[in-house]
Amino acid sequence: MISESNRSVHTAAPHERWLPRPSLRFVAVWRRNLRVWRKLMVPSLIGHFGEPILYLLAFGYGLGALIGEVSELPYIVFIASGILCSSAMFAASFEGLYSAFTRMHVQQTWAAMLAAPLEVDDIVLGEAIWAASKALISAAAIGCVAVVLGLLSPWGVLLALPLIWLICLAFACMALIVTAVSPSYDFFLYYFTLILTPMLLLSGVFFPLEQLPSLVVSLAYLLPLAHMIEIIRPLVTGGALHVGLLLHLLVPIAYTAVAFCIASWLFRRRLLR
Amino acid sequence: MPEPSTESQQTDAPHRAAEGTRVAEGADAGNTSQECAVLAEALSKRYGDQTVVDRITLAVERGECLGLLGPNGAGKTTTLRMILGLTPYDAGSLQVLGEPIPARAREMRARMGVVPQMDNLDPDFTVRENLFTYASYYGIDRSEAARRVDELLAFANLEEKAQASIASLSGGMKRRLTLARALINAPELIVLDEPSTGLDPQARQHIWQKLRALQRQGLSLLITTHYMEEAERLCDRVAIMDHGRIVACGKPGALIAEHLERYVIELRGDAARHFLATHESQVAPARIREIGETVLLYADQPMPIAESLDGHGLTYLQRPTNLEDLFLQLTGHDLRE
Ligand SMILES: Nc1ncnc2c1ncn2[C@@H]1O[C@H](COP(=O)(O)OP(=O)(O)O)[C@@H](O)[C@H]1O
Ligand SMILES: [Mg+2]
Repeated sequence: MISESNRSVHTAAPHERWLPRPSLRFVAVWRRNLRVWRKLMVPSLIGHFGEPILYLLAFGYGLGALIGEVSELPYIVFIASGILCSSAMFAASFEGLYSAFTRMHVQQTWAAMLAAPLEVDDIVLGEAIWAASKALISAAAIGCVAVVLGLLSPWGVLLALPLIWLICLAFACMALIVTAVSPSYDFFLYYFTLILTPMLLLSGVFFPLEQLPSLVVSLAYLLPLAHMIEIIRPLVTGGALHVGLLLHLLVPIAYTAVAFCIASWLFRRRLLR
Repeated sequence: MPEPSTESQQTDAPHRAAEGTRVAEGADAGNTSQECAVLAEALSKRYGDQTVVDRITLAVERGECLGLLGPNGAGKTTTLRMILGLTPYDAGSLQVLGEPIPARAREMRARMGVVPQMDNLDPDFTVRENLFTYASYYGIDRSEAARRVDELLAFANLEEKAQASIASLSGGMKRRLTLARALINAPELIVLDEPSTGLDPQARQHIWQKLRALQRQGLSLLITTHYMEEAERLCDRVAIMDHGRIVACGKPGALIAEHLERYVIELRGDAARHFLATHESQVAPARIREIGETVLLYADQPMPIAESLDGHGLTYLQRPTNLEDLFLQLTGHDLRE
């Protein structure tokens, strides 16, 4: 008699689903990570402020003095808006790769969560949103510095932050896919070499995309960072805004949706065996 | 939810059969699933070609402590993971706390507690924060959590360590904290995977004491172990598992009586071996087993044998047979890693 009642609902079993079915319990996962971050806030914030300031100094003032204007912006403004985006991308990626792997594999934090009424899908969603939140923190830190230096518009940065969070969900979910198939930390190097570094160099962070051969430009637009820069740069530099910019949001959103489904499926397959 | 009642405790006798525990069949079969904390029927799990759990049938009554005994690799952890809904099974059926698994595993896990084989306390938090954080996974609100955390710190004798980091705890403290964590949601059932492995004798006694206290409160317990002493002290019934099968299930005393003679005489050394070789007739009524250096003589009437050993000036140990003997009898003597 059990088997019958069992079978009728059996199709709902997590390991058999194709699509994720997260619940609101993901908030507990996000809050756990936030609580840990708050304990280590000071060193973490120093990192968020320190590194981009170095980049701004080196590229902006150093290189910028040689270059002058790029795309009708002083080079330091151009690069500040680019670094705002690329740093957020890296913050989300690091969290989705190294930190998530630590919690899943090394610390077995996820195993403890799975013994409670959390499902794999909840954990993946909580981690993705947390990684995007780390990107938001990083962008806010750089945004502050750039605004104080008079490089970026304060209102533009304020408007950009929620968009940055949204877009960085895509980077978070992409990183989680890699984590889901990763046997160890070393594996992440492939992702850096094949995806993140090319994206950083060829998406318009350091120079305008138009400088590149058109084939490379088309390839760059296949990945989310180029679209992120298309939206965020005019927003924070007081450039011309138009509704068409919102179309660029579709790419990161599509990446988020697809990558979240793939990552959840891979994690379910890995953890429910 | 039916509370653990005296009625459910009286129904534990007639469950033993060759294959393991069979659930009462017939008129009250419909109720059984409600009364059982865990009810597994013909449950199987394969990894590749290897059948790790092989058609096991198992029931944990409400308020009962059931021990799942077996050598390493017998399939104990896999069985527990299936019960939690974390490992999908290939055949059979499974209900835990009346919920079908894995379909409603999440709802079921909200009502149970887990002490895993390997500690997975959160190293980023203190002792107290660990309990608070775990409470948040169950959606327990902050004031209720605060009350339970204080209660559980007292239960686990960790009040002085409340602000300590996990790394600074001893093995025994970590286990007690893990147990306290498993109780944060006031569970009806707790599942413990080798709760005392790797602990020193004092720490082990301490954790047993805690488990007995939980039993008295009417919780259902499912414990895996390969320490016979632990099973003998804690468990109302034991299921002995080997190569993925349950080879025997029942009350320890009854199982020993069913499978073994009442007494065993242990002899050691070459003198003993020589004596056995030359005076076999004098120990004839006994069943002889040799394990390495030790010779075991199993007999219901040990007196004549003991007298003849005395007569030859041999030293020996005579004792009633116990669960360890049964375990060795049923799972063989080879060591498994
Ligand atoms: N995820 C897995 N993949 C493949 N084999 C596994 C997996 N988990 C357990 N096993 C195998 O199943 C058998 C039983 O393991 P386990 O349930 O952990 O035993 P026990 O807990 O009784 O020591 C072992 O041979 C083990 O190697
Ligand atoms: Mg095990």
